[in-house]
Amino acid sequence: MTLTHPPAPGAVWRRGNLSVLLHRRSVLVGLALFGLVVAVGLVTLSVGNFAISIPDTVRTLLGNGSVDTDYVIFERRLPRLLTALAAGAAFGASGALFQSLTRNPLGSPDIIGFTAGASTGALSAFLLIGTTLQYVATGAIIGGLVSAAVVYGLAYRRGTNSYRLVLIGVAVQLLLLSTNTFLLMRADVLDAQSASWWLVGSLNGRNYSYAAIAGTAVVLLLPAALLLHRRCLMLELGDASARALGVPVERSRLAVVAVGVGLAAAATASVGPIAFVALAAPQLARRLTTATGPGVLPAALMGALLLSVSDLIAQHGLGEDQAPVGVVSSCLGGGYLIWMLSRARQGG
Amino acid sequence: MSNGHSDHSGDLSGSGLTLGYDRRIVSRDLTVSIPPGSFTVIIGPNACGKSTLLKALSGIVTPNDGTVVLDGKELSRYPAKALARKLGLLPQSASAPDAITVVDLVSRGRYPYQRMLRQWSAEDEEAVTSAMAATGVTDLADRPVDELSGGQRQRVWLAMVLAQQTQLLLLDEPTTFLDIAHQIDVLDLCADLHEQGGRTLVAVLHDLNHAARYATHLIVMSQGAIVAEGKPAEVLTEQLVTDVFGLQCQVIDDPQTGTPMVVPAHRRSRSREFALGSGLAS
Ligand SMILES: Nc1ncnc2c1ncn2[C@@H]1O[C@H](COP(=O)(O)OP(=O)(O)O)[C@@H](O)[C@H]1O
Ligand SMILES: [Mg+2]
Repeated sequence: MTLTHPPAPGAVWRRGNLSVLLHRRSVLVGLALFGLVVAVGLVTLSVGNFAISIPDTVRTLLGNGSVDTDYVIFERRLPRLLTALAAGAAFGASGALFQSLTRNPLGSPDIIGFTAGASTGALSAFLLIGTTLQYVATGAIIGGLVSAAVVYGLAYRRGTNSYRLVLIGVAVQLLLLSTNTFLLMRADVLDAQSASWWLVGSLNGRNYSYAAIAGTAVVLLLPAALLLHRRCLMLELGDASARALGVPVERSRLAVVAVGVGLAAAATASVGPIAFVALAAPQLARRLTTATGPGVLPAALMGALLLSVSDLIAQHGLGEDQAPVGVVSSCLGGGYLIWMLSRARQGG
Repeated sequence: MSNGHSDHSGDLSGSGLTLGYDRRIVSRDLTVSIPPGSFTVIIGPNACGKSTLLKALSGIVTPNDGTVVLDGKELSRYPAKALARKLGLLPQSASAPDAITVVDLVSRGRYPYQRMLRQWSAEDEEAVTSAMAATGVTDLADRPVDELSGGQRQRVWLAMVLAQQTQLLLLDEPTTFLDIAHQIDVLDLCADLHEQGGRTLVAVLHDLNHAARYATHLIVMSQGAIVAEGKPAEVLTEQLVTDVFGLQCQVIDDPQTGTPMVVPAHRRSRSREFALGSGLAS
């Protein structure tokens, strides 16, 4: 604890020539969210038809389980949980990057067409090429990148204006959603059925290969997003100021878009175009941290928490019926969106 | 404030500049040079290309043709951060991110000195402290910028550019939207930075009398071209104001400073042709 109050936008750690700036509240919020994610994870692994006590769950995870608990946890529940956590984190981080870039809470990939683009890509691959996971994932990533290129291409006019970008993104999203409907109508009935289940966003039957897609994106792209954090902070000052302060604006923006689309597309490939996690997680996290900038890590943790809680509710909170997780997250997120928009009106 | 800038004094000039957006040309074959150590003020009617020129001089728009040279080296050949350590710009419409605090915004001015693992050095802290003291915003440090008055906010933006510790400061309409007392306040601050800090300042101003009072060098623009430049007393004549702004006026001595002072002619003595003529052209 320093007694004086030096003018620094956070807590400073210095050693020799190195110095790191930390936002205190973000660190605390991050730790708290991490704790909650672990707690929800343990509960998710323990509840179900075959209930396992929390201590037994921990024991099993540490490699000392029985044959039964090993099977239930490692074969059934853990892959699904990991998929939820990785996809939630990827959606949350992607939303944080795009909301920062567009300086607009609505500028998130599930509103401005990138998630929809990924789902169109995945659906085309699934229905037209082959149903294996590799095709679906590749299709999702190509679809996400193409839709981002289209939205940015249309919105670009002497630099990008956030308002234009969001409006064009919403329009592109509508086109993509009707394309998805069209693809489904043309498809074989059985294919269409499993595809529409996927389109709502579902974690049913997710094994480790699904977890691996979102997980790989998180492991590779989350550090990249953290490296771009300071540039995002500077881009929020506007193009002119950012450039005058030595930020290579176009290059930085391109990098942020690439990382953000990669995260959203990988998450979409593994769980479907789940709505609202990318929209709500960064905003909720920011409200807790009160930090400026994208706040990628708190948003990722919040995303993981939202999706795993949604899935817990989807699996066990609705009595005998199981709903796809996308339905639950849409209900939670839709309520959040209405709340946010009505508050924005009042706040002016 | 140090005077360690003496080796290269921030010698900025542009020659043969063609500036514009897309296919729209704003300036053609413009040549300009900022006297080192001066407080240069650019005036001209709306949309005549003042901001465009300032952006070109600071390297945030690339000229379609021609070159801008700073201390003997073309602007485009500077690495981005190296340039940002020599030249600072306050754009015309700077907007702060939501809920950012004053100290956070001022600290952003240190970006050109920072690296991934050198995020907040003792020099950064020192620069931010003195920038906030010089602009009188130290007490506002933890306040959100969007809750400040216009005058306070402008001081905070100036503090951010000051924290950049550049020899050259380019300010686009730093006094717009401020009441008269705050305008003078900001201009006095600029004059202090110029006189005591030994910096070269370039500012776009709208008020001709303020320009005449504070400028050591005046540049007058019209329709993308520089039509006059020099000492305010030599440049700011009745004929020039009539030609450039389409306003009949009388130029008298400012009773306080002796610099030229523009007094618009009474509406009854203005001829009709001016009221309908070039004054409305822009
Ligand atoms: N970003 C832009 N895109 C297109 N045209 C612009 C842009 N900025 C300015 N202009 C045009 O360039 C001309 C000069 O503008 P500007 O340099 O901003 O004038 P001033 O600062 O003198 O008012 C104006 O006609 C304006 O409409
Ligand atoms: Mg202007």
